[in-house]
Amino acid sequence: MNKLMNTVAAAAMLLGTATMARAAENVEVLHWWTSGGEATALEVLKKDLEKKGITWSDMPVAGGGGTEAMTVLRARVTGGNPPTAVQALGFDITDWAKQGVLANLDDVASKEKWADVIPGALQNFSKYDGHWIAAPVNVHSTNWMWINKAALDKAGGKEPKNWDELIALLDNFKKQGITPIAHGGQPWQDATIFDAVVLSLGNDFYKAAFIDLDPKALGGAKMKEAFDRMTKLRSYVDSNFSGRDWNLASTMVIEGKAGVQFMGDWAKGEFVKAKKEPGKDFVCMRFPGTQGSVTFNSDQFLFFKKSEAEHKSQLVMASSIESPTFQSAFNVVKGSAPARTDVSDAAFDACGKKAIKDLAEANKAGTLYGSMAHGYAVPAAIKNAIYDVVTREFNGELTSDAAVKELVSAVDAAK
Amino acid sequence: MDTRSRIQDLIPKLVLGPSFLIVLIFVYGFIIYTGVLSFTDSKMLPSFGFVGLENYRKLWALPHWWRAITNLGIFASLYIIICTVIGLGLAILLDQKIRIEGFLRPIYLYPMALSFIVTGVAWKWFLDPGIGLENTMHQWGWTSFAFNWIKDSKMAIYTVVIAAVWQSSGFVMAMFLAGLRGVDNEIIKAAQIDGASTAMIYRRIIIPLMRPVFLSAFVVLAHLAIKAYDLVIALTGGGPGQATELPATFMYSYTFTRNSMGIGASSAIIMLITIFAIIIPYLYSEVRGGSK
Repeated sequence: MNKLMNTVAAAAMLLGTATMARAAENVEVLHWWTSGGEATALEVLKKDLEKKGITWSDMPVAGGGGTEAMTVLRARVTGGNPPTAVQALGFDITDWAKQGVLANLDDVASKEKWADVIPGALQNFSKYDGHWIAAPVNVHSTNWMWINKAALDKAGGKEPKNWDELIALLDNFKKQGITPIAHGGQPWQDATIFDAVVLSLGNDFYKAAFIDLDPKALGGAKMKEAFDRMTKLRSYVDSNFSGRDWNLASTMVIEGKAGVQFMGDWAKGEFVKAKKEPGKDFVCMRFPGTQGSVTFNSDQFLFFKKSEAEHKSQLVMASSIESPTFQSAFNVVKGSAPARTDVSDAAFDACGKKAIKDLAEANKAGTLYGSMAHGYAVPAAIKNAIYDVVTREFNGELTSDAAVKELVSAVDAAK
Repeated sequence: MDTRSRIQDLIPKLVLGPSFLIVLIFVYGFIIYTGVLSFTDSKMLPSFGFVGLENYRKLWALPHWWRAITNLGIFASLYIIICTVIGLGLAILLDQKIRIEGFLRPIYLYPMALSFIVTGVAWKWFLDPGIGLENTMHQWGWTSFAFNWIKDSKMAIYTVVIAAVWQSSGFVMAMFLAGLRGVDNEIIKAAQIDGASTAMIYRRIIIPLMRPVFLSAFVVLAHLAIKAYDLVIALTGGGPGQATELPATFMYSYTFTRNSMGIGASSAIIMLITIFAIIIPYLYSEVRGGSK
């Protein structure tokens, strides 16, 4: 009996010290940056924290867009043991903040004056009820197109500036015998193109439709025009597009099998990995008619309420994330622009420099909008309701007239 | 009663107790919990603001859900009918006292040993026009050959049927084979003496005797069809568009990725009711048959 008591006591002590050690200097980080480039980028942060005496428990959950990661997170939070820090996007951040489970980052944010350097459109998500609850890592934008330089040169070398020029270019690609548009038929990819198409019909229209969810904009003549443009674009994809992953579509452009891909700037990572240079092998430009505006998608880190000691390491990690050196080192690899506007663009390539410049301009001009397709314009339920309509229309299941009507009722039902 | 027999009485209860309790909580408890959630305004996390039948009203107003239900109708009926026909056919052929039956039987049965994920991925590659059957035919010189059902939103649901039938017909065959082996030889001999042809014997005697096997096969296949999830995820991911969405994939996406837990829970309850509608008459007939 005595022996048993001793064992139990020893085990309890062991457990106690283990939790204490963890609490003091460990951060458990849930994220979905599992591809080669992303993992390298995250290594920068890990090293930085280790220098400050904080160890890193990696908790990667693969799956683009973080759907799987969010499912894991829900289970952890419901089980009462959330990770220390979590990668999250858009309205997911707001949803968690509403649950009252997030830690307050005001101490470090006010000390380092985040409010002055982080674009206001991002702050709408990083702050809840006036308090900082998330640390933005980067700004991706979705209204990009990636053109194969050789194919573009063969077509005259002129970058399309408007819709008609784009169609002329796509027709030319068709004549060259390549697939004009490299696209993967997955709802989020269809929606990513839809983002750009809607934005190309006007900043005010994008804002009215996707940010304000104005039924007049959602059900109006311009929205029908947007769907008509989607139908037109669909005639330029190959017959085998449905279900293809986005990086395979990028590969088609890299190998010259396809002319152009409409995709966010994470696509650049694929080009760079294949040793392609911007301006020489491929051209990055904004979707025709959207130069000057940016639809963004920003990865942010959330911190959950933990013990006092753990909160200290959370603040250290948040401060490391917002340090200009990390912002530069990480985003050079990731393909995105830094979340701070004061980071030097010296280390970035031509596309990265353009991304930083466009972001700063859009921020100043007030044309920096959250991306609908990536959960920065509307909450998940509405976003997916829009996905449903866009995907059905793009796959020819709905006419553009029917899609416009469907869009209004679907958004209304999901509210 | 002495102590020993009392202990002997107690042991089965003690041994079964924990698993009974676990099943009670983790199966039936959570069924009730899901039922409760379906009446609440749960979004991202469970919450308990009761909204009555609101979720069910929303659910039945969703074109997405109707699509899933229609697909289930197409998928389940074709899957059950084709599996049963192929299974019975194979079983009858194998039952002709052929020499290498012991070798052939496992070949038909093996697909069942694979998980639906493996089946789905294999068929996805096989049916993909870019790398699969169509591409191979083109390389062999038959360039007009076209088989792109998996990319065609009108035909994609039938590719799910093909993969599922491939997986399950061997299992149905095994069920029928066991049934055929149980048929009393005397009856067949008597029929033969009366001058009945083999076809007649099968049609009029043996297949009617298989009635309980048909019923078991139907119940097994029907519940597999209703809970079909992994196959669709691996084969088409619910696409192209929503062409192969089934209630199970609908339930997962609404509950876990679309932050509409209430609607997801109500769709789960509808699926549960559908399964009950199949299982309860079956159990009832079993129990009644047993007590006869």
